[in-house]
Amino acid sequence: MSRRAVMIRLTALIMLLAFISAPNLFAPVFEPLTTNNAPAIYNQGNLLFLTMAHLGTVFSAALASTLVAVLLGVLVTRPSGVEFLPLSRSLVSIGQTFPPVAVLAIAVPLVGFGEKPTLIALFLYGLLPIFENTLTGLTQVSPLTLDAAKGMGMGPTRRLYEVELPLALPVILAGIRLSVVINLGTATIGSTVAAKGLGEVIIAGLQSNNTAFILQGGLVVALLAVLIHDGLMMFERLLVRRLGLGPAAA
Amino acid sequence: MASPHWTLSPDRLGSMVAVLIGIALYAAPFVTYRANRIAAGAARSIFEALPPTTAFVLVGAALSVAIVAIFVRRSIVRLAAASLGLVVIAPCVGLSAGFVTPAGNTFARVSPALGFWLLGLAFSLLVADALTRLRLGPWARLGALSIAAAAMALLLFSGAWDGLSILKEYATRADSFWSEARRHVLLAIGSLAAAVAVGLPLGVLCHRAPRLRAAILQVLNVIQTIPSIALFGILMVPLGYLAAFPLAAALGIHGIGAAPAFVALFLYSLLPVVANTVVGLDHVPATVVDAARGMGLSNRQRLFDVELPLALPVILAGIRIVLVQNLGLATVAALIGGGGFGTFVFQGIGQTAIDLVLLGAIPTVALSFAAAVILDAAIELSNGTSQ
Repeated sequence: MSRRAVMIRLTALIMLLAFISAPNLFAPVFEPLTTNNAPAIYNQGNLLFLTMAHLGTVFSAALASTLVAVLLGVLVTRPSGVEFLPLSRSLVSIGQTFPPVAVLAIAVPLVGFGEKPTLIALFLYGLLPIFENTLTGLTQVSPLTLDAAKGMGMGPTRRLYEVELPLALPVILAGIRLSVVINLGTATIGSTVAAKGLGEVIIAGLQSNNTAFILQGGLVVALLAVLIHDGLMMFERLLVRRLGLGPAAA
Repeated sequence: MASPHWTLSPDRLGSMVAVLIGIALYAAPFVTYRANRIAAGAARSIFEALPPTTAFVLVGAALSVAIVAIFVRRSIVRLAAASLGLVVIAPCVGLSAGFVTPAGNTFARVSPALGFWLLGLAFSLLVADALTRLRLGPWARLGALSIAAAAMALLLFSGAWDGLSILKEYATRADSFWSEARRHVLLAIGSLAAAVAVGLPLGVLCHRAPRLRAAILQVLNVIQTIPSIALFGILMVPLGYLAAFPLAAALGIHGIGAAPAFVALFLYSLLPVVANTVVGLDHVPATVVDAARGMGLSNRQRLFDVELPLALPVILAGIRIVLVQNLGLATVAALIGGGGFGTFVFQGIGQTAIDLVLLGAIPTVALSFAAAVILDAAIELSNGTSQ
């Protein structure tokens, strides 16, 4: 990233932090968007708390999807699970045609309103990109490399932990990043089923016809998504360099 | 590692499917009975939900599929068995509605329960696995999709499912169902068409002027990260102002409704179209472009006769992403009065009426799935012709 790009992101981060911790300072900016003396800044809840709740939902769902997706990905690429591999690939592509709203809506009658249906929808929807990338990463490891590892006397477990997973890591991480960014947006829809999060601000704006609310909620989520996307990408590059994989492996 | 075809060692995937079938038959209710549309449900097992003979046929058919799944490895046999299973359970669930509901009771609702869904899942997994292993060509896949669609249409229009709760929800809203369906498809496909009309030239421009590329793609990337409900909401503002002009209002532009949803879907669609056009054009081999130049083709001819046809599979892949994404996102349009299947989904959430939710969700999923299959086939066909 160039110096300028870093500066822009730093500024965005500082603005974002300032806004969620002291939103009232920004009231003059949003005032022109309101009518009939409606409040310019969301006043039915604490923005900092809502942001934390939003991030908490997204990251706990992402953690669960990562664990399950990587485990499944490893299982179906082992010799004993290979019968499941073709079906797994089809299921990933079929699963991604399910709209997140539909997953969310079907989960509500089953588990009730609140965080639970949102967590389930985010977990299920987040599985797909991670699982897909785990499959890609693990099946892309060259057979020559695996033979060399075998020749060095490595057993299947050591091959997995010391050769296959590290080589697949960049692709798996890219899948996690994709899944987190998609879920940051999807989590806002969770507020239609009463989950705590930034979607609340947007929904309140839609209900009271207050564009200032809609814009605030949307901007905070969009900024979070862009910053988290770039942050995760920086982390991936750092990790790949640390592991000595270099760009060739990525 | 080809296993001999006479082996008696059980197939792992098949065993998993068989376990699912076992749970569905013996440990899960087949349908749920409710005294009215939002009352709590009571579970009915297969033998409580169907006349004895039918129940035996159903159990027998399901067990046969389980045995085939475990011991037979030929994909075509597995496909036939699993399809037969689906053909048996689908009318059965419709039949059980009439059997469970007391005669003359019009308030009672019967919906498929866990057991039915698990059987459906088990058979569909087997079908999906067999179809994947058969490596069907694009035409054969389209054929399979048409057969599935025809079977669904037959079940729906023959009245076999009319007793089920979801179709009772449909019956009370038959008119609005089709008008929302039309809106949903128009929103998704219309915004896609607009995005292609704008995105293709923009992609060509990005390809030819590398300086613009980073800037344009960056902006489109940022748009993608704005959550859909926020973008719908934000767009209500400028469109609301526009609607103040008589001409705009005459064109049907309003602050709330379909217009902001259409524009938002259009904006989301731009990135995949532009990015894939750029990538597709980038991957046209330089030697081919040189040869075209050597043959004396003009810039225009080169673009339309050589570069775009060669880039077509990648551009189509972008269009597939957009169409599937739009069909899903169009559900959210209902929140700002834009209509579409989302209307039923959000009404259903509000009334905690799961069948109403499903009335909106199932057609959405079916449309996205069909769109994905059709465009995947188109991509493969265009790959064949462009080489």
